[in-house]
Amino acid sequence: MGEFKVHRVRFFDYMPSAIRAMAFNSRTERLALSRADGALEVFNFADSYFQEKVIPGQDGRAVEALCWVRGRLFSAGLNGEITEYDLENLRPKYTMEAYGGPVWTICSNSQGTHLAIGCEDGTVKIFEVLEETIRFQRNLDRQKGRIISLSWHPSGALIAAGMMDMIKVFNAESGHATHRLLVERGVGASKSREVVVWSVAFLSDHTIISGDSAGKVQVWDGVTGTLVRTHLVTKWDVLALSVSRDESSLLAGTSEGTVVQFQFISSTVDQHDKEWVRTRTFKNHTHDVRALAHTDTAVVSGGMDTQLVVRPLLEKVEKNTQESALRKIAFPHRSLVSCGKKAGMLLFQFHGHLELWRLGESDGHGKPGDSLPVKRKPEKLIQLKRKGDDHICCSALSPCGGWLAYSTISSVRLYRLQYNGSNISITKVAKLPKVLRSAHQLCFSSDSSKLFASTTHSSVIIIALSQSECKYLHTLRPKSGTRQPVHLMSASEDGKWLATANSDCEIHVYSLHKLKLHCTVPVYSSCPTAMAIHPTTSNLVMVHADQQIFEYSLVQKEYTEWSRKLQKQGLHHLWLARDTPITHLTFNPRNPAHIIMHDTYMFCIIDQNLPLPDQKTLFYNQMTLRSLPEPERTSHSHSFKICKTFQHLLCVSLLEDHSLVVVERPLLDIASQLPAPVRQKKFAT
Amino acid sequence: MVEHGDIRVVHRGGSKINFREPVLSHDSRLLLCASGECVKVFSSSTEECVHDLQGHTDLVTGVLLNPSNHLQAYSCSADGTVRLWDFTDGILIKVQLHCHHVSVQPLSVSVFSLLMCMCVTLTRLLSSSQGEYIASAKGLHLEVYFFKKQKFSLKEDNKKGAKNTFTCLSCHPKDDCIATGHEDGKIRLWRNFNHKREYTYSTLHWHHSAVSSVRFTPEGTNLLSGGVESVLVQWRYNQETQKDFLPRLGAAITHIAVSPDGELFCTAHSDNKLTVIQSCVKVSAVIQGLVKGESVRTDLMVDPRSKALVLNGKPGHLQFYSLQRDKQLYNLDIVQQEYIHESGLQQFEVVKAAFDTRGNWLATVEERKQKDSTLELNLKLWAYDEQTQSFVLNTTVSGPHEARITAMCFCHTADSQTTMLVSASQDGHFKAWQLESNHYFYEGPFWSCDFVGAYHSLVPECCCFSADGSLLAISFQEVVTVWSPASWELLTTLSQPPGAIRDLCFGRQSCSKYLLGTTAKNLLCCWNLLTCTLEWSTSMDVSLLLSDPLSENMAAFCSHAGCTDLFVFKPSEPRPLFSHKAICSGKVTRAVFAPREEMLESCEESSQWLNRSQLYFLTQYMVNIPLVIDDSVAVTPFYLLLGKHRQQQQEKQDRSFSAERNQLPQGSVAIKELLHTPAHVLPSASFLCSMFVRSLLISEKKSEEEEMESDKEEESECEMEASTMGQGQTAEAQETAAPALTKAQARELRRVKKLDHSWLSSLLDS
Repeated sequence: MGEFKVHRVRFFDYMPSAIRAMAFNSRTERLALSRADGALEVFNFADSYFQEKVIPGQDGRAVEALCWVRGRLFSAGLNGEITEYDLENLRPKYTMEAYGGPVWTICSNSQGTHLAIGCEDGTVKIFEVLEETIRFQRNLDRQKGRIISLSWHPSGALIAAGMMDMIKVFNAESGHATHRLLVERGVGASKSREVVVWSVAFLSDHTIISGDSAGKVQVWDGVTGTLVRTHLVTKWDVLALSVSRDESSLLAGTSEGTVVQFQFISSTVDQHDKEWVRTRTFKNHTHDVRALAHTDTAVVSGGMDTQLVVRPLLEKVEKNTQESALRKIAFPHRSLVSCGKKAGMLLFQFHGHLELWRLGESDGHGKPGDSLPVKRKPEKLIQLKRKGDDHICCSALSPCGGWLAYSTISSVRLYRLQYNGSNISITKVAKLPKVLRSAHQLCFSSDSSKLFASTTHSSVIIIALSQSECKYLHTLRPKSGTRQPVHLMSASEDGKWLATANSDCEIHVYSLHKLKLHCTVPVYSSCPTAMAIHPTTSNLVMVHADQQIFEYSLVQKEYTEWSRKLQKQGLHHLWLARDTPITHLTFNPRNPAHIIMHDTYMFCIIDQNLPLPDQKTLFYNQMTLRSLPEPERTSHSHSFKICKTFQHLLCVSLLEDHSLVVVERPLLDIASQLPAPVRQKKFAT
Repeated sequence: MVEHGDIRVVHRGGSKINFREPVLSHDSRLLLCASGECVKVFSSSTEECVHDLQGHTDLVTGVLLNPSNHLQAYSCSADGTVRLWDFTDGILIKVQLHCHHVSVQPLSVSVFSLLMCMCVTLTRLLSSSQGEYIASAKGLHLEVYFFKKQKFSLKEDNKKGAKNTFTCLSCHPKDDCIATGHEDGKIRLWRNFNHKREYTYSTLHWHHSAVSSVRFTPEGTNLLSGGVESVLVQWRYNQETQKDFLPRLGAAITHIAVSPDGELFCTAHSDNKLTVIQSCVKVSAVIQGLVKGESVRTDLMVDPRSKALVLNGKPGHLQFYSLQRDKQLYNLDIVQQEYIHESGLQQFEVVKAAFDTRGNWLATVEERKQKDSTLELNLKLWAYDEQTQSFVLNTTVSGPHEARITAMCFCHTADSQTTMLVSASQDGHFKAWQLESNHYFYEGPFWSCDFVGAYHSLVPECCCFSADGSLLAISFQEVVTVWSPASWELLTTLSQPPGAIRDLCFGRQSCSKYLLGTTAKNLLCCWNLLTCTLEWSTSMDVSLLLSDPLSENMAAFCSHAGCTDLFVFKPSEPRPLFSHKAICSGKVTRAVFAPREEMLESCEESSQWLNRSQLYFLTQYMVNIPLVIDDSVAVTPFYLLLGKHRQQQQEKQDRSFSAERNQLPQGSVAIKELLHTPAHVLPSASFLCSMFVRSLLISEKKSEEEEMESDKEEESECEMEASTMGQGQTAEAQETAAPALTKAQARELRRVKKLDHSWLSSLLDS
C-alpha cells in the first residue's frame, strides 16, 4: 500500500443544515429535499441514491414545503412566496408572491393541473399550473387561523386542510367547506394549548388521516366527518405523514425521531374489511423527523439531525442485496474541500463563507501508525465572507495557492492571494469577463494559468489568468446538445485535457490545445461521481454512482485493457455493497499504477499492476497481509488496498511532497452541535 | 435384609405447580394445574385443593379443558398417555395411549379435534381459535401452518443477534394476529402472515428482560404479558400505549392463563405460586406451593411448635410448610431487605437456620458474596413471641465469623435455664453464644458470645450436642473433639483415620453414650463415649446421617450407583431395624424426622421405628417431586381413608413402584371425593353405621368398595382400627387382585359414585 505522511485534518467545521421538507417523484424516482438554509437537493433513487443536483440556498428563503408537478419542482416558504426551480441551471426560475402571509404548505392535485397553498391568513389559494408559469386562480373560503397542511383527494374535487384544532374539508370546485373535523387537544398541561394539525393525508376511499402536535395519528371518515380511530403515537408531535402510492401503508414521523408505520390490513384472512393498524417503528433519528417520503420499497426520512435515512421495507426488496441495506446519507456527494497541492493549503467551502487553511508541518519520523509531533500548527489564513444573499455553490483554489474563486448563482468572484510565509494579502480581481456570470463548477488548470467554469448547457468557459488581467479565451460546448449542468470537471496535469461530466451521465473530453471537443466517453447508465485524468498515460479514470470503475484511454479513444479486464471479471461484491459514492480521485505521481480514491468511510489505493480480486478472495485483507511474512504477501495481495483508519472523510488528497491530506468530519462532532432533542424518559435513568 | 412389609415411599407433595400454565375452568371456579404426576384442582376463591387427579405415572406435561365438554379436561404426561378427567368430581374418564412418544410436550386443542404435537423441540405451540392455522416458535423462527390450505410455513429469522429469540406466543382469538414474546423483552404482534412476504409486525416494549408469557384475553381486547419483573402488564389490543400494571407479584411470572369467560387471570410464578387475579387487575387469591429455589441451603427442620417443615423458600425468607396439608403456612422474612427482581444480582441468602428444642429460639445465618468483595455475614436470633404467634428479631450479630459458617446448633437441654448456640466457621473457630438475661444498657435478654474455641487451627466442620446437653462434639476435619459446655474444657479427642468427618450425631435415649460419625472415606463409625473407644465401624458411603429426636433410632442414607439406600438402626444393635434398597434414584440431599401428631402402636418390628415420627426426605434429581415421605402404606381404601397403616403383605417384594402407584390413585380420588362432601349434607352417624355394617355383608370385592364410601366419619376411627386388625386376612386376599384392577376399579368407582348420589338423594327425600 505504501507509506505516507498523513495530515489528519479535523478543523473543517462543516455543519449540514436540518432537513425541512421532502417530495418524492415516483415517476422519475427523484427525491427533492430542502434544508433549513434554503438549499435544495435532488437525489436520484434509481441511480444508487446519488445526489444529482444541489441548488444553493439564499438568505431569507426558508422552504417550508416542496411539491413535484410532473417533472417540475415547486416550493413554498414562510417568506410568502412560491418558487419554481430551474433544474437545468440549478437556480430558482421564478418566484411569485402569494399575498397571504407566510405559506405553510403546498400541494398539487394528482392530475398535476393545480396547486393549492395554505397561508398564514387562513386562506387556501389555488394556482393553475401553466406551461411556463403558474397563475392564481382563486381562494377557497377564508378561515380563521392558519392553514398548516393540505391534501388533495385523488379525484381533485376535495381538499383537506389541517389547521389549529381542526381539519376542514373543502370542495375544490365551489370553494366551500363541507366538513369541519375537530381535533382533540392533548391531555394534562397541554390541554390549554391549541393542537396543530401538522400533516393530513386524503385517501381515495375518502379516509382522512391526520397527525398533530398532541402526538396522535387519527383516522377520519371523510364522507361522514367522523373519527374512526385514534392512535396515540408519541408524547410529543407527529410532524409528518406519508402514504404509499397504493394506500396500503402510512408513515408518521415524530419529534422523538421515530417513524411509525401503519398498514391497512384485514383483521382475518377471509375478511375484506380492512383497518389501519400500527405496525413497525423505525428509530433512525435522534431528533425531529420533519420530512418523510414513502417510496414503493423504502421509508425515506429526514429531520433535525441532518441525515437522510433510506430504510428499505424488507418485505418489498430482495433480502441481503444492496437494496435491502439501510442507508444514511450524512454528507454531500461532492467535494467541499479543494486542495492547493503545491502550496499545502486547503480551501473549505461553507454555504456562507470560505476558509483558507495552511497545513501544519512536522519534521519527525516514526513508525507506521505513530502520530508525529507538530512543528508548526495548522493556521487559518483567511475567512472570506460571501457577498449578497445567495449561498456559495462552488469554489476552487488553484494548485499553487495563488488564486481563489467562488461562485453563487448570481456571480463569480476571483481573488488573487499573495502569501509569503507570514503575511497574506487577498485582492479581488475586479474585472471579470462579462460571460462569466455564474458557474456550476470551477476548476483551475494545474499550472494555475487558466480557470475553467462550467455554465449553462454543460458549456465550459476558459479564462486565462495572469498577474495583470484575466481574459476570456473560449467557450467549449458539447455536441450532444444536453441541457443538464456539469457537476464534475477535471483538468489533466499536463494541461492538455479537460473532462466534464454532467447529470445526463455524459462525459466530454476537450483538448485544451485545440480548444475543441476531443471525444465523448460512451455513456454509462449511472452518473459519474468522480473522475481524473492520469498525468502520464492520459487515461481518464471514472467512478460511477453504482461503484463501477472505468478507465478510458484518451489517446486511443477506447476503454483500456485494464478496464476491460475489470469489467469482464466484475468488481468484488463487497466493493459494490458500499453505500457512499467515491467523491474524489487522484493519482500517485511516484507510482503511476496507483489510483487513490475515497468515499465517506474508507480510502482505497488501486494498484493496477496487481491481480484483480475475484469474488472468493478476502477483500479487506490489509490486516491479514500485515500478519503474513514478507514473501507470502505478494501471493495474497490484490489490487484493492483499502484503509478504514480514517472515517467520515470529506477529502483525501496527495500533496506535492507526497504527504496525504485526510479531511475528517466525525459525525459525533456534528451531533454535538445539534440542538438538544426532545426529552424522553429512558429506562433506568 | 429384613422384610419391609408395608413401608413405602409416598410422594407427599411439594411438587411444582408452576411447571405448566394453569387452566381455569369455564365458570372460573376451579383452577387446574399440573403438579408432578398428578393434576391438582384448586378452588380459585378459597385457595383450597379440591381434587388431586392421580393416575399418571410420570410427569404431567399439560392440562387442557375439553372444548366440547366444559366439565372435562385432558391431561398429558411423559408416560405417554393422555387422560380425560371429569375434574369437578375428580374422576378419570378415559385413557388414550400414545405409547411410542415418550415425551408429550406442550399440548393444544383446536375446535375440531384434540391435536397432539410430539415435537419436543418446539418452544411453544398454539392454534388460533377458529382452528385455521397453528403457529409455533422456536429459536429465531416463527412458523404458521394453515389447516385449510396446503401447509404453509412462514419462517422469519428477524435480524442478527440472539436477543430476538422467541420465548412465548399467543394467538388472537378473533383476528389473525400472533403475539410473540422475545428474549430482549419486546412483544411483537405479527399480522398479515397469510401472505408470503407481506407479513408485518408491530413492537411493544415494556419488559426489560425476557418476556416469559403472553396471553390474549378471550375477547381479544387485552393482551397480558409477564416476565422476570414480576409485574403483570395488561395491554389494550390496538391501543398499545395504554397499559395497566399489577406490580409486586412476588416472583417472576412463568405462565399466564385466562379463564374462558375472561373474568379471572391466573399467573404462575417461579417461586411455585399461583396467583388468581380478577380482570380488574386485582389479586384475589394466592396458592402457594413449596418454594424450592436452586438449592435448599438450610437444612430441613421441623418447627417444634407448629410441627411445620422449615426451609428456605423465597429469597431471604424462611418458609413454614405444613406437611399434613401440603400447604405453605407462612413466610418469615429473615433478610428484611427489598428483593430486586433482576437476574445476575447477588443478594442476601439465608444459608443456615436452627431451632432450639422447644421452639423458643430460632437462629439464622444470612450471607451475601459479591464478586471481589468480602463476605457479608449476619447471625440473627429470633425469639418466639406468644402474643403475635411468630418470631421476633432479638439479636443481630453482623459478622459473627470471618468466613462462612459451616455448622450451627442449639444445645438440647431439658431445663431451660441456659440456652446455648454453637456456630462453627471456616475461619477455624467455633463460637458459643449465650443468652444474657440483663445488661445495664439493653433492655431484656440478648445474645452474646460466650466462648471462642479452636483446635490446632483446623477448620471445624460439624458440631453436635449430646441429648442432655452435657457434651459438645465438634469435628475438625479428621478429628472429633468432645467438649464440656459447662467448663469449656476439651474432654477428649476421637480420631478415626482415614477421612474427614462428614456428619456427626449423638445417640438418643438409651443409646446416648454413643457418638456416630461418617467420614469422607465411606466409613460409619460409632464411638462409645464411656470408654472413648471405637465401638464399631462399618464401610458404607453414607451421604446423610440423622437421628430421630424421639427415639434412639438413626437413619442413614447411602448412595451408590445412582440410587440411595436407607438404613434405620439403633447404635446399640448390630442389625438394622429396617433397610430399603434403592429407595429413590439420585442422591438424597436433605432429610428430617418429623414427629407424628399421634403416636402409633404398631407391633410389626420393621415399622415400629415409624411409630413416633415420620421420615421426610428431599431428593436431588426428582425435580418435580422434591418431598417424599417414608411411611407405611396399605393399598386398600381403608388405609387412605383413615390415614393409618395396617398389616398387609405384598405378594411380591420386587414389585416396581409404578405398579404400586397405579393402583393407588383411583382409590384416593374416590375417597377424596367422598371426604370432600360437606359434612352438613352427610347423614347421621347412626344411619351411616347401619349402612356400613350392611355393606360389610356383601361379597368381597363389592364390600371393599362400599365400605370406603360409607366410612366417611372421622369418629369411627378407633373402632375401625380394631376392624382392620381383624380384617387382615381378607384384605390380604383382596390385595392379590388389586394391582390388576385399574380399569375395573375405575368403573367400580364411578358406580360407587352414582350409588353415593342416590343414597344422598334418598336421604334428602326422607
